[in-house]
Formats: sequence, C-alpha cells, structure tokens
Amino acid sequence: MNKSLFKISPGFEDIMPAEYRELVEHGPYEKGFGVSDLGTFKELIEEHPLCAGCGLALSLRMILASLPKPEDTIIVGSTGCSSIAFPQVALHNIHSLFGNQNALASGLKRALKLRFPDKIKDVVVIAGDGATADIGLDMVMQSWFRRENITTIMLDNEAYANTGGQESGMSPQGTILNMAPTGKKFPKISLPEIAREAGCAYAAAVSPAHPKRLEKAVRRAILLAREIGPTYIQVFSPCPTNYKFKPHETIARIKQREKDGTFSIKEYISPEAQEWLAQIEEVKK
Amino acid sequence: MVREQTVVSPEHLFFVAPREEVFITGSEAVAEAIKRANVDMAIAYPITPQSESMHLVGDLYAQGYLKDYYRAENEFAVMAAIHGASLGGGRVFTATSGPGTLRAMEMFPVWAGARQPIVCAFMCRGVSLPPSIQPENIEMAMLLDTGMMMFHAENAQDFYDMILKAYIIAEKPDVHLPVGVFVDGFFVTHTRDKVMLPAGDLKLPPYNPQHAPVPAFDMETPPMRIVRDPLLIKSNFISYAANASWHQEVMAAAQRARKHIVRYMGGLLEVENPHAKVFIAASGTAVSQSREALRELRQEGIDAGLIKIKSIRPFPEEEIVASTVNAHLIVVPEFNAGGWLAREIKAALNHNSRVVAGPRVFGGMTMPKELIVNTVKNALKARAGVS
Repeated sequence: MNKSLFKISPGFEDIMPAEYRELVEHGPYEKGFGVSDLGTFKELIEEHPLCAGCGLALSLRMILASLPKPEDTIIVGSTGCSSIAFPQVALHNIHSLFGNQNALASGLKRALKLRFPDKIKDVVVIAGDGATADIGLDMVMQSWFRRENITTIMLDNEAYANTGGQESGMSPQGTILNMAPTGKKFPKISLPEIAREAGCAYAAAVSPAHPKRLEKAVRRAILLAREIGPTYIQVFSPCPTNYKFKPHETIARIKQREKDGTFSIKEYISPEAQEWLAQIEEVKK
Repeated sequence: MVREQTVVSPEHLFFVAPREEVFITGSEAVAEAIKRANVDMAIAYPITPQSESMHLVGDLYAQGYLKDYYRAENEFAVMAAIHGASLGGGRVFTATSGPGTLRAMEMFPVWAGARQPIVCAFMCRGVSLPPSIQPENIEMAMLLDTGMMMFHAENAQDFYDMILKAYIIAEKPDVHLPVGVFVDGFFVTHTRDKVMLPAGDLKLPPYNPQHAPVPAFDMETPPMRIVRDPLLIKSNFISYAANASWHQEVMAAAQRARKHIVRYMGGLLEVENPHAKVFIAASGTAVSQSREALRELRQEGIDAGLIKIKSIRPFPEEEIVASTVNAHLIVVPEFNAGGWLAREIKAALNHNSRVVAGPRVFGGMTMPKELIVNTVKNALKARAGVS
C-alpha cells in the first residue's frame, strides 16, 4: 500500500476518532521502525482487550513493531486469545476458523503473488499453540512441506487459555490443567525441530523477555519467507490467568524457565537461508 | 506459459458465440467450463468418490489456462485455501463430493459470511455407513442453510453452462456470494452426453475485486480497526443485532441474485405443460427420469406437467406456487433418503397435501421411470377413491 492512500479526506479530520488520526499522522507505515522505537510512534494495536500481564499481548506488540513492511503485510490469525486482539490491529487481518490458518494463508499468498507479481506482500500467520500444534498441525506442516512463502508465528502460552485453561500439546509434561486433571502425560511438542525437518528455511524460539532477539527473528523469518521458503517462530508468552501467577511476573516467569532449562532461545537456519542472510546482512554493514 | 484467449462479454459467450456439438462426460464439461472461465487458481483433493474433473482442471493449468493449481492435504484445507485465495482477490475453483463435502462443511458458511464469490462443483455421492460411492444428493440437504447459492444441473450441458454463469452471478456487486453447482455424481460425471460448446479460445472477463462490496485483503486499501470492541466478546443487544443484520444481508444478497438468475439462466425453474393438473417436480437427474415418465403417462392418457427446479438457493417459492395454482397432485422424485426437495416444496405451498414426497432412491439405486409412473398413478387412484 502506498502511504498516500492512507489519509483522511479534507473536512473529515474533526470527526475521525483520535486514535485513527494518530495512526495516519504517527503510524509505522513506510517508517522502518523496530522494537526500540516503541513509545515514539502510534502502534498498530490499540488498547488490546486481553488480560492484565498477558504474555501474548506483549509478544504481539513486539511482533507488530518488528514487521519489516507493515504497509504490505497481511496477517492470518486463528481462534484463540489473539483473535480477540486482532480486530483492533491496523493491518488487513483475517480470522477464518480454528486451525485452518496455514491453509488459508497458502491460498492468500498465492493469489497475492498472481495479482502483485512485482510487489512484496508479506503473509504472516500469527496463531496460538492450540491452533498451531494441535487442531491445525496437519495444515501447518503441509504448508511447510509445500514450501509456501509464508511466515508462521506461534504465540505459545502453553494452554488453551481463551476457553478456560485446557491442556494443549505445548503444555509442559505434568502440568495440571483442565482436561489434564492428573497432569499432562506427554512432553511439550518440539515444533521448532519439526519445522526444521518439515522444510522450513528458518525456525526459532524466542520470547518477549529479549525484545531485540524477538525482532531479529521476526525480520529474518519474514525476509526469508519472501525469498527462500516457509519460516517458523515460536514465541513463549506465559499466561498469568491460567498458570496463576501475578500479572507483573510474566517476564520473570520467562527468565525463571530459562534458568531451570525448560525454555531456551533456539534458531535453526537452512544452509540456503544462511547464505542469503549472509549476503543481505553483509550489504547492510 | 499463459494461454492466449480472447476476452468476450458474458452475454456473448453465453448467448451469441456459435456452438458446436461434442460428445463428452460431465467431468469433461467441468473442464470445458473452467477453460473459458478465466479462473486464476484451482485447488484439488482426490477425495473418494472421485471424478476426473479436477485432474482435467490440472491439465488446463499445465496448458496455461490457469495461473496456479495444487493438490492440497484434505477437503477442509482445500476450502480454507480457496477462501484465502478469494480473500486475496483471485477467481477460484474447486470441486468435491459426498464425504469431502462433509469434511469441509465448516468452511461453507464462512465463504458466505465473508461474501466471497467462490464457485465450487459438487458431484453428489453417498455419505453414510454402510459405505457407498454411488450417486445420491443427500449432501445438498446439509448445505441448504449455509448461505451459499445452490444450482442443480440436470445433465452435462447444464453443468457446463451453470458453472460459467455461476461466476458472473456470484460476482455481481449486489450479490457477491459463493455458488455451489451440484450434479448427481457418476450419472452425469462418468457418462457421455451431447454438449454444445462455443470456441475454446474465448473466455470471460477477469474478476475485478475492486467491484466487491467487501474489500480484498491485500493492503491496497487503508486498514481500519474493524471493530473497536470485538462482537465476539460482547454480550449486549448491539453486538447481537450487528451479527444478525450481517446474516440477514447474506440472505438478502441471495434474493437479489434472482434477477441475474432469470437473465442468465432463464429463470429459477422451467415448466413444461403449464396447464396440467398433475405435475412432477424435480431437480438434477431426477428431471431426466421424470421426462421419460411423462412420455409414458401421456401414452396412457394422463396429462402431466414437469417443473424442473434449477436454483435451490435462492429457492423459487413464488414461482412454484404460481405454476401449481391449478394442480391437484405434485409428485417429487428424489435421489436421496431424506426427501429434502419435497420438504422445500411442501413448505412453499398452501394445501401441501397435494405433494407426494417420492419416489426416492438411494444407496446406489437407479430410478426406473416406472417407479415415477406408478407413484403418479397410485396417487391419482388414491385421490379418486377419497373423492
């Protein structure tokens, strides 16, 4: 989208909501902002309706601030906590059904390639752990097998949080949750490793406790999805409501998990992706 | 490779362009329609029971008639990906049947709710246990209230014409809804029939997503925060009313399609022998069997008429009422166990004891014309006995 399209018609300035005016005047389109600029521009998400201390909301803010080309980014979401925040995100974003996000994104990306052959249109899937690793895993992996040019980002809060805190495939073994009354019987799914084996050019696990790392992963994943193939990022986003810790402890919780070895930052880059990254990161220097 | 074709107006392709007779299967008729439909992309899945149609559409892609095509992982994923491609502004096509339709079921109301002009062919087949791969159109009953428009083809000629016309009707800015074009699988898809086709180097004008009542998801229009407070998490009258009015608008859009169906398809139904007192009302291949039954009834001195229902959604309630105003018997033969067409007709008519809901065949049975003839004669006998 050319930024000149995004303006308020003369005479209508005073009736547009303040938040919309701010978005037109101080939004991130065509600015190349990153996470270190948060607080200096109007963010794409406005007053999210998620719980206090929500790790997912924090991750989402950072992901949206890290998009390399927000003016040409279309988000595909899925059912879950994030789908309640998406209607307030100032990007074209699609919520279709629970679990079909990567199938939908495959069709969308292909249609946009046909309609805009000379233009970058980034299609980014942002969905929860239930949508990505459980109900939609078939379609997530098939989109990787087919080498679709899309980025898949999982907001991993280790539970079905929006439906009242049920066990998901990403919950740690032993956790007592709804539908796991005696504790989860099997380990957390190793999706970054599965992504690497399933054909992703890039797979990473990051968290909002390290914003610059998160930003780097998002940028690499989106740039590589344009040029090389599918990419995957898993963002650890703890849930104070269902894991029953205080809202201000979200980041401390991530750091504790890093310390006890149950969460670690990961990054897998295919040789082809490595070569391409080296080229563009060399040019930047 | 892009195949060179000449874009012509829908009216030219449908009504003016000279046609030649070919002898092809229903599956080949699908491919002949898609060849001329200027489709951007198609997505396929080899659901069983299968027809050749999506292989043939794949061949069209290899020949340059389509810009993209792939084999997806399951029917739900196909319908989701088709939805994504349509939201991205593409003209799309897929086909399914029986169990595939049910596997994808969750997506159909989403297509309608998102107001996407997707065209999908359904080669209706059995869906139940015990397993059947035979023709049966019970899946149509399950799709009646998804918000999709539904056209039911009698034969390969109908199938070819309805698929092409479905795109033009679906994409009208005052409609913009998905269309399912249905055919009784196997009978039509796997058998050869005479079909009149215009030249293969003609095609419809491309889809223009800028004419859509809902913008494409391509970041070429300014994004807005669609709702400040998502309807989903609100429990108040305004959110219920907003949701309900959206559904009403989907239904209203299907009603607005009536005039386009009349213009391009010659009406939602066709009536033969309109002054008859006895009618057979049917859709799909049951219409062909009914024609045979009518011939025999006439030989026996029974003057009966035929109502061929082409559009199931929108349903021609008023047209059926008008065409049966003097009728005292309406027999509804169907290829399914449920009798959904008879229910629809009964719901539209006053004095619906005039309707005989049958004969019905299913599980792979064919419908001998004698079955229809006997149903008419028995009903006339029973009524004569009563009066």
